[in-house]
Amino acid sequence: MTVHAGGEAAAFFRAQFAIDDDVLSELLGAALEHGGDYAELYFEHRESGSIQFEEQRVKNVSGGIVQGLGVRVIAGDAIGYAYTEDLSRERMHQAADTAARISSRGEHTGPIGLQPVDASQFYPVVGPVSEAPAAAKVDLIRSADRAARAYHPSIARVDISLADELKRVLVATSDGRVSGDVQPMVRFNVTCLSEVDGSRQTAVSGGGGRTGMEYFAAQTPESIACEAARQAVLLQSAQEAPAGPMPVVLGPGDAGVLLHEAVGHGLEADFNRKRTSNYTDRVGENVASALCTVVDDGTIPNSRGSINVDDEGDPGRSNTLIERGVLRGYMQDRISARHFKTGSTGNSRRESFRHYPMPRMTNTYMLAGETPPEDVIRAVDRGIYCASFGGGQVNISNGDFVFSVTEGYMIEGGRLTAPIRGVNLIGNGPDVLSKVKLVGTDLRLSDGRWTCGKDGQSVPVGVGMPTVLVSEITVGGTKRIEGI
Amino acid sequence: MLVSGTEFSVTVRRGAVEKVMEAGSRTLGLRVFKNGRTSSTYSADFTPAAMKRFVERAIELAAVAEPDSCAALPEWEERAAPSDLGLFDPAVTRLSTEEKIARATRCEQSAFALDPRITNSDGATFGTDVNTVMLLNSRGFSGAYESTVASINIEVMADDADGKKRNDHWFSVDRSLDRLESPEDVGRRAAERALRKIGARKVATKEVPIVFDPLAAAGLLRTLTGAVSGSSLDRRATFLLGGENTAVASELLSVTDDALMPGRLGSRPFDDEGVASRRNAIFDRGVFRGFLFDTYTAKKTGHLSTGSCRRSVGGPPGVGTSNFYLQPGGSTPEEILATVEDGFYVTDMMGFGVNLTTGDFSRGAGGLWIENGRLSYPVTEVTISGKLQQMLQDLEMTGSDIEWRGGVAAPTIKVRSMMVGGL
Repeated sequence: MTVHAGGEAAAFFRAQFAIDDDVLSELLGAALEHGGDYAELYFEHRESGSIQFEEQRVKNVSGGIVQGLGVRVIAGDAIGYAYTEDLSRERMHQAADTAARISSRGEHTGPIGLQPVDASQFYPVVGPVSEAPAAAKVDLIRSADRAARAYHPSIARVDISLADELKRVLVATSDGRVSGDVQPMVRFNVTCLSEVDGSRQTAVSGGGGRTGMEYFAAQTPESIACEAARQAVLLQSAQEAPAGPMPVVLGPGDAGVLLHEAVGHGLEADFNRKRTSNYTDRVGENVASALCTVVDDGTIPNSRGSINVDDEGDPGRSNTLIERGVLRGYMQDRISARHFKTGSTGNSRRESFRHYPMPRMTNTYMLAGETPPEDVIRAVDRGIYCASFGGGQVNISNGDFVFSVTEGYMIEGGRLTAPIRGVNLIGNGPDVLSKVKLVGTDLRLSDGRWTCGKDGQSVPVGVGMPTVLVSEITVGGTKRIEGI
Repeated sequence: MLVSGTEFSVTVRRGAVEKVMEAGSRTLGLRVFKNGRTSSTYSADFTPAAMKRFVERAIELAAVAEPDSCAALPEWEERAAPSDLGLFDPAVTRLSTEEKIARATRCEQSAFALDPRITNSDGATFGTDVNTVMLLNSRGFSGAYESTVASINIEVMADDADGKKRNDHWFSVDRSLDRLESPEDVGRRAAERALRKIGARKVATKEVPIVFDPLAAAGLLRTLTGAVSGSSLDRRATFLLGGENTAVASELLSVTDDALMPGRLGSRPFDDEGVASRRNAIFDRGVFRGFLFDTYTAKKTGHLSTGSCRRSVGGPPGVGTSNFYLQPGGSTPEEILATVEDGFYVTDMMGFGVNLTTGDFSRGAGGLWIENGRLSYPVTEVTISGKLQQMLQDLEMTGSDIEWRGGVAAPTIKVRSMMVGGL
C-alpha cells in the first residue's frame, strides 16, 4: 500500500461525503458551543460481506454498508455522546448539538485549526478480500470442505463461513488532530460434526486477521478445516475431566485467553481510575511470578488485534504491562491518561460510531521463557494439559475468572495421556500468575479468531502465550480424582 | 425489514453524571430470493441513488449463492392481527432527561445508603429505547409495530477483609414504566447481593444438591434455548436430537415459548419473517414437545414454522425464542432450601462451558452454601458440572417465585445433585 492509510481515509470521506477540514472545524465548534473541555468526531464507513456454506452448498450471501458519525464531548468528568447514520450537514450538526448539551457553561471557543497525525502501516494488504471475486472465495471454502470430509469418515457435516470487512475511520479532535485509518479484516471459520454410532461431537476452528487473500497461501483453508475435524474426532475418545485443584500446563497460543481474562482486563485504566480493579494502586508492585512479562502490542503485522491508530486517533503502540512480575502500567485512553497524569498508550477502542471509546486490549501475550516446552510437561506428575480454549470471562473487581478448554489431556508421569472433555478452569488472575512455575521457549500467537466483549461492545483482539506450568488451578470436571 | 428507533441512556456514578448518550437510527434490511438463491443485505443510506445501487447489489449477491429448495418466504395467509400486546408505553417516551438522571441518582444513593461497607460503584444507568419494526414481503405481507423499553441497572462493590472486592449488580427492565422496579429497590438489591458475598470462600470438591435462584435458573434456561432450536436440530448439534414426544425430564419441567404475553420483552405480533406469533409448548411435564422453527429450518427438517424467526436487520434469518419460561411450582424458596442439608445455592454463573451437542455442562459459579436447610456462608471460585440430560431429569423442586427480567424467566429450582469443583 503506497498511500498512507490516514490520508486515504481522509480522501475517502472528502470524496464521498464532502467532509473536509472546514466541515470538521465547524462541527467541532458546534460540539463545544456550550463550553465543553474536549470534543471528538469519529467517522466510520464499514463495508462487510460474508458467505455461509452449509452441507456442501453456498447457503446465503450477505453484505452491507454502514456509515456514521459519533460525537463525543467531555465536560469535566462527564461525557456527552450522540451519533447519526445520516452524514448530511444538518444531521451531523444535530448530533454535535446533542452531545454539546453535556456542558452548560455557555462559553464559546474560537475556530479550531487541524493538523494530520502520522501513523505507521501495520497491515498492508496485497489482495483485499472485499475486492476478490466471489468465485475465488467459494473456491477457498470448497477446498476446506473437501479437506474436512477427507480427514475422517466420521465427519458427517461441515459448515464454513468466510467474512470480510473494510472499515475506514476518520477522527478529528478539538485539540487540533486529524487521523484516519483503513482497517481490513477477514475471518474464516469451520465447524465439523463427527458422528460415530450416534455419538456426536462438534468442534470449531478459525483463522484470519487484518489481511487479504494472500493470508490463505500461508494458512490454507485445508489446514483450518483439518484442525476442526481433528478436534471433533478426538473428542469422540475423550474422557470425563477430573474436578478439583491440580497442576495445569497451558499449551502455547490460545492460552493467551487466560492472560487476557485473568490480568488484561484488570489493567485497563478505566477500572483503575474508578478504583474497581483488583490492580488499583499497584503499579510498581509484584503482581505475578518473576517469570512473567506481559505485553499488549497493537503493532503486530496483520494481526486481528492490531491498530495503526486507536479510536481516539492516537498511534497504536506496544506497551509492557508486567515486567518480570512487576506491574509497570495500565492501558490508557485519554480520559484515564489525564487522571493518571500520563499519556495515551494507544489502547482506546470502540465497536463502532454508535459507541464511546474505552481502554481495550489489542494483542496481549506473555513473553517466552527459558524452559523447553517438553520439560514443562515433564515437570508434572499428575495434572492436565490445555491445548485449546473456547472462551472465558472475568470479574474485573476481584480477578476471578473462568474459561473453557476445548482440547485437553491428562498428564500422568510427565506425559500426555487420555484426552478429556467438557472442562472449565476457574481461578483468580493474580493468584494464578503468582503460581507460574515454568515458562516455555515457544511463544505462539493466536491472532486470527478472538473477539473481546466489554460493556456490550465487541472488538477484535489477539492473544498469545508460551507453554506455561501453573502449580495449581481448580479444574471443573465431573469426576473426583483421589490422590492429587 | 425496516428498523428505526431512538436510544437514550444516562449513567450516574458517585453522585455525578458520567455519561449521557442519545441517538436515533434507522436501517433497512433486504432479503432477495431468486431461483432458490438468497442474499441478505442492509443499508442505512436512504438516498434514492444509494437505494437503487443497494437493491442491484443484493440481486448480484444472490447469484453467488447456490439453489436451496428450502429457502423461501413463508406461506402467508391473511389473519387477524393479535390484539394489542401492550408493547408501547407512551410514558417511556415522555420522560425528561432530568427525570432519567434523577432516577439513576436515586438508585445509586439507595445502594450507598444501605450500608457503609458499600464503598464503590460502577455507576447506575437509566436507559430508554423506542423502536419501530416494519416488515413487507412480495407475497403481500405487511406489518408494523412500535415498542418501548425502559431499564435501570447498577453495580456496586464492598471491600472484604482480605482486601478483595465483592461486587454484584441488579437491574430491572420492562416495556412499561409502571412495572419497572423503583430505583431505590434496584439499588438496595444490588447492595444486598454484594454485601452477602463478604467473606466468600472456596469449598471442597464434592457432589451435592444445587438450588438455583431465579436469575441463575433463567441463565440455565437460556442455555436450553440453543438446544431446542430447529437450527441445532438441522445441524444435529443438540443433545435433544430424537427426543421429541418422549419423557426426557422430570415431571416438574414445563417450558413454554409464548410471543403473545401482554407487555413482555419477547412479545411481538409476528416473527421476523412475518409468521403470526403463537404460544409453543416446549416441555410439558417432562415430555419434550418439539423444537422451535423458522420457515427455513422447518422445511429443511420436515416441520412447520413455529413463528420463531429472529434476525438482525441485515443478517440472514435464524431461530430464536420470544418469552421462554419455566412454569413455576408451588414451593416458596424457603421451603426449597429447607429440604437441603448440605448443598449449594447458586446466584451467579460465569464462562461458556456448555456443549449443546453432548450436553456436557461446566460453568463457574458463586453463591451461598446451604447448611441444614438455611443459607450459611458465601462461596466463590468454584465450578458446577454435570450433563444437561441428567440435570433435566434431576429437577426436584420448582419455586412459586418466577421473576421476569428479560425474555427468559424461571423461578427458584432445585437439582438433585451436581459436582462442585473447589478445593
